[in-house]
Amino acid sequence: MTTDRTKAAPPADAGGAAPRLTKETPPGEAAPDDSAAKTAGGTTKKHAAQDPASRAKRERRMRWRSRRYRWDIKYSPYAFISPFFLFFAAFGLFPLLYTGWASLHSVSFVHPNDMEWNGIENFTRLWDDEFFWRALRNTFFIGVISTVPQLAMALGLAHLLNYRLRGSMFWRVAMLTPYATSIAAASMVFAMLFGRDYGAINWGLGFLGIDNIDWRAGDWTSKIAVSSIVIWRWTGYNTLIYLASMQAIPNDLYESAALDGASRWQQFRNVTLPMLRPTLLFTIVVSTIGATQLFGEPMLFNDGDPGGGSQGQFQTLGLYMYDMGWTNRNLGRSAAIAWTMFLILIFIGLIYWALSRWVSSNTLEESS
Amino acid sequence: MRNTVRTTRRPLSRTSRAFALGLSATLAAGLLAACSSDDDDGSGGDGDQLTLRVGVFGQFGFQEAGLYDEYMELHPEIKIEQDSTTENGDYITALRTHLSQNAGLDDIQAIEIGNIAEMTHDLPDAWVDFNEYDVDTSHFMPFKVDQATDADGRLIALGTDIGPTGICYRTDYFEQAGLPTDPEAVGELFSSWDSYLAAGEEFKENAPDGVTWMDAAGGMFNAVVSGYEERYTNAAGEEVYENSEAVQTAWDYAVQAAQGDLTDDVQQFTDPWNAAMTNGAFATLAACPAWMLGYIASTAGEDQQGLWNIAASPAPSNWGGSFIGVPEASDHHDEAVALAQWLTAPEQQAKLFTERGSYPSSAEAQQAPEVLNATNPYFGDAPIGQFFSEAAAQIPSSPIGPNDQIIQETFTNQALLSIEQNGTDPDDAWDDALSSLENALAE
Repeated sequence: MTTDRTKAAPPADAGGAAPRLTKETPPGEAAPDDSAAKTAGGTTKKHAAQDPASRAKRERRMRWRSRRYRWDIKYSPYAFISPFFLFFAAFGLFPLLYTGWASLHSVSFVHPNDMEWNGIENFTRLWDDEFFWRALRNTFFIGVISTVPQLAMALGLAHLLNYRLRGSMFWRVAMLTPYATSIAAASMVFAMLFGRDYGAINWGLGFLGIDNIDWRAGDWTSKIAVSSIVIWRWTGYNTLIYLASMQAIPNDLYESAALDGASRWQQFRNVTLPMLRPTLLFTIVVSTIGATQLFGEPMLFNDGDPGGGSQGQFQTLGLYMYDMGWTNRNLGRSAAIAWTMFLILIFIGLIYWALSRWVSSNTLEESS
Repeated sequence: MRNTVRTTRRPLSRTSRAFALGLSATLAAGLLAACSSDDDDGSGGDGDQLTLRVGVFGQFGFQEAGLYDEYMELHPEIKIEQDSTTENGDYITALRTHLSQNAGLDDIQAIEIGNIAEMTHDLPDAWVDFNEYDVDTSHFMPFKVDQATDADGRLIALGTDIGPTGICYRTDYFEQAGLPTDPEAVGELFSSWDSYLAAGEEFKENAPDGVTWMDAAGGMFNAVVSGYEERYTNAAGEEVYENSEAVQTAWDYAVQAAQGDLTDDVQQFTDPWNAAMTNGAFATLAACPAWMLGYIASTAGEDQQGLWNIAASPAPSNWGGSFIGVPEASDHHDEAVALAQWLTAPEQQAKLFTERGSYPSSAEAQQAPEVLNATNPYFGDAPIGQFFSEAAAQIPSSPIGPNDQIIQETFTNQALLSIEQNGTDPDDAWDDALSSLENALAE
């Protein structure tokens, strides 16, 4: 549809492209757009007999009109897509740049307008900031123990769902339910499940003869607990993405693999997985970004306290940033942490970009 | 297929084009208008009526106790509307932002005690000075006025309630452990913090299963530190937490409690703590301010009705309470000041206590018969009016700093909690707390 419009572009000579507005044109001649040029030619010939003054006036009007049409075609698409860019500028780009500006200053939360130039000190101090490194470590470990099992489980589940199943729609919807739950609700329920004295998980472990575990207090236990919220919430989402991608794999491949005597497992390994590579990469990128920005789950797991436990054992980068800005009221340092997170994400993004190029060149080689 | 679409699509006529243009312009204008101002009312009101807005957090009590209605009856020309934010954390974040931009502020704004020092230190000019108006402050307890006075002597807020403390305890557990249950006798048992901990050791011998002496080492820390005049910040406004006697003493007692297995290893005001209270997992609360009685009643529920009582603390102090101030940005200083003065006057404070349990910061209100003779049915009809007036008289007037809350929470929610939960060595925990604070408070 969009390409059709270019066909109706004004012709080289002025005065065309506006067939409908020339009232003198008989209705029969108001042909479809792609014969516009011809029609315009016809009309000019028809009025050749008119006196030169009115003709010049008419031509000027036509020229103006055709210019407007040209502008319309040239510029109105920009107007149509501008809402996104305006909103992005207001709520994406501006905050990003302003945060960058603030990160170079000493700014108190109480006086956000009084900025004192600080150079890159807010950034350099992070190098010696044990709490920043702790948060980075926590973010990394929680990211790994939440992303890896999550994607592995999603892959397995998608494979199962890809079989002919009774009530497959039910399973697919069920997969997506956790994703539709709010982070707050899920985190609070999990915080209760992982309770030390009255939590359901410790109650269940009690039957196995395991003493009550203080999930929140321990270093690894708290990370596992936070990861479990992430895994619970996102596995279904990734499953559906994998499933969609699996269903796009042509059946012939499986047929020929079966003819070659490949078992189910071999089919999965040698047909499904290679075909899923771009999707895998996509989910890994999205999950990594999510893991780097992890915020709501660890915060609500700790009753809304951004400290991340008595030893900060599950304080992620996002929480440390919040703690610095909102608890310690130091917006400049908070902004520097935010920008560092942004740079880390860009760095990770570049790695994945390189990886994806490598993967796609590999896939091409294999298929050729 | 493509062709049919093409032919059925007519070029826009001039009228429909104009219509589309008008529509998008209207939408755009509407969007912009929605983004910009909704704060143009302020003065609002129907006819001659003036609307005053009051911004509070939680269930502040003014509305619940019917004070607004009463005032509007007395002053038919005034209409009062309240904006309430559930959590003080969210409320104060919004208030800070509004104050720094001088926009979006109500005519009266509530300030929790944890934030009042921040206001007197960092944003005093954003508030109206009550000393410039004919406001009688002599009926307030002096420390309440001091806390809301800035370095230049401007009084930026008026006190509402305070939280004089006692020690709350479970009479049934005390009985089972062979300890006295009568508040008088228990008060004698708690003549000093040492004897309070000694009683805990005794309790531990015969304690019911799964019941600890107190809830948290952090609670112990707060109870002790608040009894001192100089805590985290001295009168000159310098942070002295590293060497202050109050912090050191409180730390030692709290560590003793944590290592003596006298605590339930939970962090105060978290869900596990609430659950512990509901399930009766601890026998005492070392610092139990007036407002805590209502908190216990609603958290512990009917099952524990009559099982709790309150005894005198070895060092009564103040925990919590609030203020109300009038932002400079308000368009109605005179009317707002008059309302604030009325809301904090002794009669209204007394009513707030009888209706809502917020203990008055006005010394005059504390002596009002309905306050003085008040009892609490949940706490076995304890004479809380009498009890808290005695405790309030002993509250030290402590200088408070803008970072006190951060400092206190670092000690309680990090250092002490890690001793309790992770068995961290107290010396390491102390060093960790100091380095964490150094990082947190750095410019």
